[in-house]
Amino acid sequence: MTDQNNIKVSIRNLFKIFGTDPAAALTHVRAGLGKPELLEQHGHVLGLQNINVDMQAGEITVIMGLSGSGKSTLIRHLNRLIEPTAGEIIVNGEDVLAYDATKLDALRQNTMSMVFQKFALFPHRTVLENAGMARRVRGESGKAADKEGQKWLERVGLAGYEEHYPNQLSGGMQQRVGIARALASDSEIMLMDEAFSALDPLIRTDMQDLLLELQRELHKTIVFITHDLDEALKLADHLVILKDGAIVQQGEPQEILLQPNDPYIMDFIADINRARVLRVRSVMEVTTDPGTNIAGDVDANSNLERVIAMSEGDTNLNYRVMENGQQVGLLHMRDLVRALVPVEASDPARRMAS
Amino acid sequence: MAFYDGLIETLGLTDWCGEADAGGGGPLTMAELLARANGGGADGEDPATPLMDTPFPSLDTLHQSCEAIPRTRDVTEMVEQGFLGIKDGLRLVLDPLTEPLGWLLDASLSGFEATPWFIMIPLLMALTWFAARSVSVLALVTFSFLFMAMINHYDEAIQTLSIIFVCTIFCVVLGVPIGIAMSKSNTLQRISIPILDMLQTLPTFVYLIPLIFLFSVTESKLYGIAIILYAIVPVIRLTDLGIRLVDKDVIEAADAFGMSNWQKLTGVQIPLALPNIMAGINQTIMMSLAMVVIASLVSAPGLGRLVLRGINNLELGVGLVAGFCIVLLAVLLDRATKAALGRINSSEQ
Repeated sequence: MTDQNNIKVSIRNLFKIFGTDPAAALTHVRAGLGKPELLEQHGHVLGLQNINVDMQAGEITVIMGLSGSGKSTLIRHLNRLIEPTAGEIIVNGEDVLAYDATKLDALRQNTMSMVFQKFALFPHRTVLENAGMARRVRGESGKAADKEGQKWLERVGLAGYEEHYPNQLSGGMQQRVGIARALASDSEIMLMDEAFSALDPLIRTDMQDLLLELQRELHKTIVFITHDLDEALKLADHLVILKDGAIVQQGEPQEILLQPNDPYIMDFIADINRARVLRVRSVMEVTTDPGTNIAGDVDANSNLERVIAMSEGDTNLNYRVMENGQQVGLLHMRDLVRALVPVEASDPARRMAS
Repeated sequence: MAFYDGLIETLGLTDWCGEADAGGGGPLTMAELLARANGGGADGEDPATPLMDTPFPSLDTLHQSCEAIPRTRDVTEMVEQGFLGIKDGLRLVLDPLTEPLGWLLDASLSGFEATPWFIMIPLLMALTWFAARSVSVLALVTFSFLFMAMINHYDEAIQTLSIIFVCTIFCVVLGVPIGIAMSKSNTLQRISIPILDMLQTLPTFVYLIPLIFLFSVTESKLYGIAIILYAIVPVIRLTDLGIRLVDKDVIEAADAFGMSNWQKLTGVQIPLALPNIMAGINQTIMMSLAMVVIASLVSAPGLGRLVLRGINNLELGVGLVAGFCIVLLAVLLDRATKAALGRINSSEQ
């Protein structure tokens, strides 16, 4: 599923150790010392260990983990707000770590924009000035910046608030300004650090929908950090799960749901509504055979909840799975029901079966 | 025989001390003189000193046993000689450096004095309105100046104002950059804080002592330097604090969008630190006012000179009325700058 030609951002063997002598601590870590042992024996905190992620252009890569898992540290390595201890970060084929200050500023101004958990708007600037900020930093005229800022403010639904100050807006509106600010820079890559975590659930859903809607149009490369699994599953094209600074599993979200390879992930996914998250294409039998006893057609991308509603709970039915008007497979209701039961990660037989 | 003779001998320092001839060379201290008078010149008849009367081994006491140890007054003398020794060199450097301050003080003073009252008072009112935009502050300023003019203290008040005006400008121009530098470097902050502490706690009179030796008392920059040294502290401290207090998230956002250090400083840090910097300027103005009164001792003109006259000649009324005018000036300067500060704060909310 990875397309080598289309990789926008690539993280290679990244390590980050916090402490007075990270280089010495790194040799211990390379020799196999774990996070708690390193802290106990050498007084260094292992922030990230051996991270390897490829991020496809035009996709949303979600990095998920609980607090302290190193996800915010990881995203800050991409634009070098934090310097790594070892490793490579390759953006558009160039190693960002080799950049000098000028090239780094250019990267931050033109290629990567960022949205923050606590919005981090400039309180002394109006909403419009905030939105056009990235362009002003680049040295474009105030007029051009305002024009672009205006355009994106309208796009995120904040027309009419241009002359307000950020403190006069609600949290959700402030984050819309944050998104407009990132979009107005017209960068190919957007880094979103727990962008919706500070918002209440209803507004969070709105913002997720807004992001998906914008993404359908703009096809940016988005790196999204979250601690919320529902949010991760909703947004992710590629899901990376972090624990204690190391990647536990990464891949397509559906795949992780159906084949979790770690008890940690199973704990995570135990509570989610699988019928709403899983899609028909993940549980169908791939075949173009017309099949027998077909009750109707379903779309490959609709979720299982919808199919259950359609079947009215009858587990003996079969459906033809369609994508773009063509049959891509068959869905047996019995498979569907089986997929709703969380899989034991430690049970390889069940994993093979699903 | 002095008390610590035994100790010196035990330590084997007798040779280093040289021949102990108490009361021999050099001028006598008052204590020695008294002892000589009381003892009637009877040497060597000292009874043994009781333990309870053991003298503290101070420089003077030790000197009695050991000629090589200097007396306290010798040390004071050395400090004085040392200062006088570097005075000329110091003056050679400081004189040209501080020359512009003197010119500005004199120019501002003659400018303020040359402006007739019917232009000056409306000018001050306009300035107040521009800075504070508050009717009550404007009324306070207007009535204060009319009152001081009515009781013939207008000229002195304007002289005081002129000195504060120039000194505050110098404090801001020097203090804000120093504060910014301190906020950028922890080392510089560690070095500067003790110096600032010293400047703030040094009694105001002590400022004047070295300055009197360095410059002539008739020069206006003498009191200018004293005022600036004393009043610059809050603006430095609060600039440093203000910049360090700027929200880390906002700074991170500025970094993430590729702002240069200069863009960050002028576009984010200084504007966000402005309320604190303004509070520092307010304090600076208040402290210059306090110092300008003391500086009347070294020929600073203004209301302070009237207070000094009140003290010297025991003219109670003159001193009290001038003191009241100083209070009035302090209150109106404070209210005007606070109102300006409030305006900045509210524009950011």
